[in-house]
Amino acid sequence: MEAFYEWFRILYEDTGINLPFMYDEYDRGRILNGLWATIKLSAICVLFSVIIGMVGAWLQGSPWKTTRRIVNVYIQLFRNTPPLVQLYFFYFAVGILIPRVENDWGGTSPLIDSFGWAVISLSFFAGAFNVEIFRSGIEAVPKSTIEAAKALGFSRLQIYKDITLPLALRVVIPSLNNNLVNLVKTTTLAYAIAVPELLYESNQIWSDNVNVTEMMLFLLVAYFVLVGILVWAMNFWDRSLKIPGFGQ
Amino acid sequence: MKHHPYKTDLPVMLPFKPVETESFGSTIKLWYVVPILALILGTSAIAQSGSDIRLGALQTLMRWMPLLLQGFIFNVLISVMAMAIGTGLGAALGIGQLSLNRFVRSSSWLLTQFFRNAPWLVLLFFAMFLLPFEVNVFGIIIPLPDWVKATIGLALPVMANVSEIIRGAVLSLPSGQWEAAESLAYSRRQTLWLIILPQCLKRMLPPWMNLYAILTMATVLASIVGVSEVMTLTGEALAAEGGRPDLLAPFYAFVLLIFFVYCYPIARLTVRLERKFSVIN
Amino acid sequence: MNWDETKPMVSIKDVYKSFGTLEVLKGVSLDVMKGEVICIIGPSGSGKSTLIRCINGLNDIQSGSILVEGQEVNDPELNKLELRKKVGMVFQQYNLFPHKTALENVMMAPIRVLKHDKEIAQKAAIKLLRKVGLEDKVNAYPGEMSGGQQQRVAIARSLAMNPDVILFDEVTAALDPETVNEVLLTIKKLAEDGMTCILVTHEMGFAREVADHIYFTDGGLIVEHGNPKKFFENAKDPRTKEFLSQIL
Repeated sequence: MEAFYEWFRILYEDTGINLPFMYDEYDRGRILNGLWATIKLSAICVLFSVIIGMVGAWLQGSPWKTTRRIVNVYIQLFRNTPPLVQLYFFYFAVGILIPRVENDWGGTSPLIDSFGWAVISLSFFAGAFNVEIFRSGIEAVPKSTIEAAKALGFSRLQIYKDITLPLALRVVIPSLNNNLVNLVKTTTLAYAIAVPELLYESNQIWSDNVNVTEMMLFLLVAYFVLVGILVWAMNFWDRSLKIPGFGQ
Repeated sequence: MKHHPYKTDLPVMLPFKPVETESFGSTIKLWYVVPILALILGTSAIAQSGSDIRLGALQTLMRWMPLLLQGFIFNVLISVMAMAIGTGLGAALGIGQLSLNRFVRSSSWLLTQFFRNAPWLVLLFFAMFLLPFEVNVFGIIIPLPDWVKATIGLALPVMANVSEIIRGAVLSLPSGQWEAAESLAYSRRQTLWLIILPQCLKRMLPPWMNLYAILTMATVLASIVGVSEVMTLTGEALAAEGGRPDLLAPFYAFVLLIFFVYCYPIARLTVRLERKFSVIN
Repeated sequence: MNWDETKPMVSIKDVYKSFGTLEVLKGVSLDVMKGEVICIIGPSGSGKSTLIRCINGLNDIQSGSILVEGQEVNDPELNKLELRKKVGMVFQQYNLFPHKTALENVMMAPIRVLKHDKEIAQKAAIKLLRKVGLEDKVNAYPGEMSGGQQQRVAIARSLAMNPDVILFDEVTAALDPETVNEVLLTIKKLAEDGMTCILVTHEMGFAREVADHIYFTDGGLIVEHGNPKKFFENAKDPRTKEFLSQIL
């Protein structure tokens, strides 16, 4: 392993291509932390935004006009304003209203840290798109199937959970995939509120080592791989949801 | 967000249209701004109640408003320029993706995928750090200030997305169009320019407008790299007021409001066009 | 609830129903006793499907009264879920849940709605599938079955709720001619077992064979009714005569 790491030091000395996070333990720690933070942030936001999408689509089918309106206002506000400003709004404007709690060192720190606000803000941002995605999926479920469930005595929630949502899920995966890929790319915004994610840590490294070009290319490749993993997972999910007897 | 028409392979399901439809009517409902306005007024009013000699939050916001709006005009300028550059480059790249030459086709495809899958902010950094501060064109030295670099940085993802929009639109045309043109002895180039692309323009318009709205909202990213657009100015205004916490909510809400008022009508128009064209096709 | 078996199980009185300005039912009355099999026939658009969809509350009515075991269906306070446990329904388009196997389709409602134990529900479901002759299709998905097989699963699914009465809404209309018989046979067996059945059908031969009573609807009214022999051989109303002459 050491020899492998050392190879990058030699690469640097011979060619000037400087990837310090490969041979320098401190920088390696930074990049691994950043990578882990990005993966964690992406995974949590994907999960929450999908839940928001499912719940929001359910509320949009509500018989109460007010409920539907609130959901629509939420969607339009989050879709048509910059996610970065949303993030600032949550972190700075809402953040000051949140009580501070005592931390381990005897001082106080905010109840929700920058990572937490990034999760909240980005989940609501991507969630707004997911609501519409799930809604169009639900519209593809034939009324007659819902009626059959009604005739069997299923409640509205049971119908949604057991019939509508599982069927809708099967047609929305490509759209959902698209939106979640965008979400993973949007996690870079957390940089702006100093969440130590991949872009932030890379920035630290290129500030110390003046190797912007290498770090940039590394970042592009890194996000390419992360997005690739997500797409692969979504395809796997899509295949596992295939119903025998329909399609291939 | 990109639209991928997706035919479900469940015969029991109705056709799935990822097109966003509004549940009530199709008129532009600017009353959606009411919650933001309420937020501005409400948070200002709460701040007001503390009686001190400082100017109330709302008055302070009013004082800075002209400057912030100027900043926003700069955002619009950046967005229009980035859109123009991105569309030009993207059109070339998109047509490259349709080329019969394998090398042109695959390298266009690779470039498109590369810039499409990269985060916008990373591409922005990419342009900010890797572009020189001036370029020498035939002995004429053209300076590249930060905002021009930022514009180029934002144009890169636009380019990749435009390229995909073009490819998608051309591939969605029935192959009969190509065959008919071929049988009339059009050359491939003539077929593309005279038959195929004109038909695709209409299909490309809604996703292109959608992309513009996304781009406009992405222009605030330029604040991270120090371009003095609306977000940067907001930060400076807040700092100039001595970092008063009561100003945070109204000021940020105001920025949200400006973008909403600009982007929401575009989004509505996009939906309306999408619906109109889907009826025709 | 003061209902006993001497009174009609389903009692429809003077029911009016319109969709917007279109009047579909213009004062319909009929009674069904326990264990009776009644068939509703008539030209398309005469309101027969609407009528039976009103019995389990899938359609609301404007005025009149529908009593199911003494309970008023036309009551905004009515617990529709309770009603639907008593009234089963089989649809023209089968409306099976495409993402569930035949077995799951049948046992889902007992588990979810009646809160039956999973094992008991499964045993009962297998028994019902055997009864409709589909024990070998237990693990097949709807997409892997023929129309007739799907419709028999749908009948089993309805039976699994142990209803007091089953509504059949043109259940053979969407089937290939060669599979119609297997479905009709299944229904006939049910009728012989004493199940109360209300059928909307175009199968005159079948109606004649199994029905205790036949109702003929036209233009939102019941024009004529009687036992099969009387109805088919001795129709009085000219509209009935014309309809029968076209069909037979």
